[in-house]
Amino acid sequence: MTAKEPLLSVQDLHVQVEDKEILKGVNLNIFPGEIHAIMGRNGSGKSTLSYTLMGHPRYHVTSGRVLFKGQDILEMPPDERARMGLALAFQYPVAIPGVSVSNFVRASVNAVRGKDVPVKEFRQELKAEMKKLGVANEFLSRYINDGFSGGEKKRLEILQLALLKPALAVLDETDSGLDIDALKTVSEGINNLASPETAILLITHYQRILNYVEPQFVHVFQDGRIVKSGDSELSQELENRGYDWVTQELTSSGV
Amino acid sequence: MREELMEETMAAELANNQALNSIGNDYKYGFRDEEDYIFKSGRGLTREIVIKISSMKNEPEWMLKYRLRALDIFNKKPMPTWGNCKLLNDIDFQNIFYYIKPSERSEKNWDEVPDSIKQTFDRLGIPEAERKFLAGVTAQYESEVVYHSIREDLEKEGVIFLDMDSALREHEDIVKEYFGTIIPAADNKFSALNSAVWSGGSFVWVPKGVKVEIPLQAYFRINAENMGQFERTLIIAEPGSFVHYIEGCTAPTYSTDSLHSAVVELIAKPGAHIRYTTIQNWSKNVYNLVTKRAVAHADAKVEWVDGNLGSKLTMKYPSIYLVGPRAHGEVLSIAFAGEDQHQDAGAKMVHAAPDTTSIIVSKSISKNGGRTSYRGLVKVYPEAKGSKSSVKCDALLMDEKSRSDTYPTMEIDEKDVTIEHEATVSKVGEEQLFYLMSRGLTQDEATAMIINGFFEPFTKELPLEYAVELNRLIQLEMTGSVG
Repeated sequence: MTAKEPLLSVQDLHVQVEDKEILKGVNLNIFPGEIHAIMGRNGSGKSTLSYTLMGHPRYHVTSGRVLFKGQDILEMPPDERARMGLALAFQYPVAIPGVSVSNFVRASVNAVRGKDVPVKEFRQELKAEMKKLGVANEFLSRYINDGFSGGEKKRLEILQLALLKPALAVLDETDSGLDIDALKTVSEGINNLASPETAILLITHYQRILNYVEPQFVHVFQDGRIVKSGDSELSQELENRGYDWVTQELTSSGV
Repeated sequence: MREELMEETMAAELANNQALNSIGNDYKYGFRDEEDYIFKSGRGLTREIVIKISSMKNEPEWMLKYRLRALDIFNKKPMPTWGNCKLLNDIDFQNIFYYIKPSERSEKNWDEVPDSIKQTFDRLGIPEAERKFLAGVTAQYESEVVYHSIREDLEKEGVIFLDMDSALREHEDIVKEYFGTIIPAADNKFSALNSAVWSGGSFVWVPKGVKVEIPLQAYFRINAENMGQFERTLIIAEPGSFVHYIEGCTAPTYSTDSLHSAVVELIAKPGAHIRYTTIQNWSKNVYNLVTKRAVAHADAKVEWVDGNLGSKLTMKYPSIYLVGPRAHGEVLSIAFAGEDQHQDAGAKMVHAAPDTTSIIVSKSISKNGGRTSYRGLVKVYPEAKGSKSSVKCDALLMDEKSRSDTYPTMEIDEKDVTIEHEATVSKVGEEQLFYLMSRGLTQDEATAMIINGFFEPFTKELPLEYAVELNRLIQLEMTGSVG
């Protein structure tokens, strides 16, 4: 892969869920280390894009391609995509009773890195990341997302991404349901994650997280496709003028 | 701390066993030894074989009479008309070998045990476990205990831990006083069978106030095809004492059936505490029809921690009779049923004194057409005022072919009681699998993790080494389970 090739290339992607077409021709290129934001109303299909990228079995691709690191990943199960360096922070992470955070995170890190990280080394790394996110030690012995508050769930998602160091992190509405303090901490986590090795695709309904995380590219999502793309000023314009402005602009231009 | 230890042990285990994920669905204990026995009975159950067993053991007259009376009861009693009747009626009692004596005597030193048998127990990890974390071990092979030991310090404190045959010789008075008092021969068809042909098993007597902090273990191995193993275990905990007894079992895989039918009696005197842990992992051609019952006197506590992974058909309902005020009983059980397996397991709690309390937690998983049943009874007698009982059954189905049923019975004859019952049936969630797989775990790994989590309330009650082993077994079972 040369620097000129996109890390992720979504080409005319159409996706159905239970016979209903949700994505209607998405095109998107993300290059290594870039930060992109996708903004759109609830129900516009943003989350469908993130689930499809990660390979959820209920999302059926009817046409189009998704290339990651130059490889078509659509036939791959989610774990293979994860091991290639793709990661998704869930909007609603599920609870898994009886499985402790520490056991799971270690299994996950070993799987993605393809080697067993020694327990002591792993613990040090884990504790360091936990400290950054203001996560207490007792977190580790709790069961995954079981009885977690909204903020705790999002912190656990960011914690995992920080350890997995993916080439592309897709963050699905990571800002939703957070109070301002939690939003700041989580945003800081995202900024720490962003690096020349880690590109970010931030999917959000609200502009407010973009006060803390600054994307180079902003895309407006509407009715299953990207209808407008721009730089970070676009998000400000959306905040000031609302999504209706994009809709009107599209209608008047005849799209 | 336990968490960290468990992780490290698991990591070490995995490192030692890189082939783990490629083993697939194999039952790793299915190997067999050449038969080289002192005595092997003919097939079938006769009066002559019962007399032969008793005479080979040089038993007192009363035991022979007990056996023969039990044989009559067995012959007269019809098969149970509940449970898996089809499988039960398939048992061919005349095709079973009822007594095999593999070696001359029970040894105190592994080096004295015949080589092939010693190698088998080595492969099963028993001597190693004994060195690491057990206070005493009996190893039974076919009908007889071939190895037995107890730590000297426990012996000095007066703890008796013997195989049942030796106990009958060396402590006839105690055995005679308690044997068959908790589970009479006539209790059911299989307790009658056991009472007629019993051999081996453990006898434990813990003196007043003595706490045996490290577990005692018995391991039961069937080797011959169509073998019948009928061990008999009796544990007596004198007032204020404590003991944790663990049993494990495996057998070779054959295309025809074997039969395991044990009787286990526990007596917890006032203030005593007995914990009895079972990891049952018979091969899938073994019928496992076991009667287990405990009596808990005032302020005593009895726990059955019961894991059922193997066997063709298991029917086992550990029970606790709470006969003294404030006695407490717990049954914590898990069952796993794969293809061609039916785990019909459960618990019985009988509240016969005031302020007695009981907890039943049952968790089962069925996959690949396997079947689990929870069958339970909570009975409260009129005088048992202030008693409390809580029953929780969770079943997890891995696919559409598998089946789970719950048969809870409550007989409550006292008003002043608190009874809770809760039952759930669920499927392994697509969202849970997707979440774990999106973090790099394969489908098998993700499934095993969800299942280990489901069984966690059980595994956390096991000694660490057993918890690790159990998780490993589940991982093996789960390879290729969803597809």
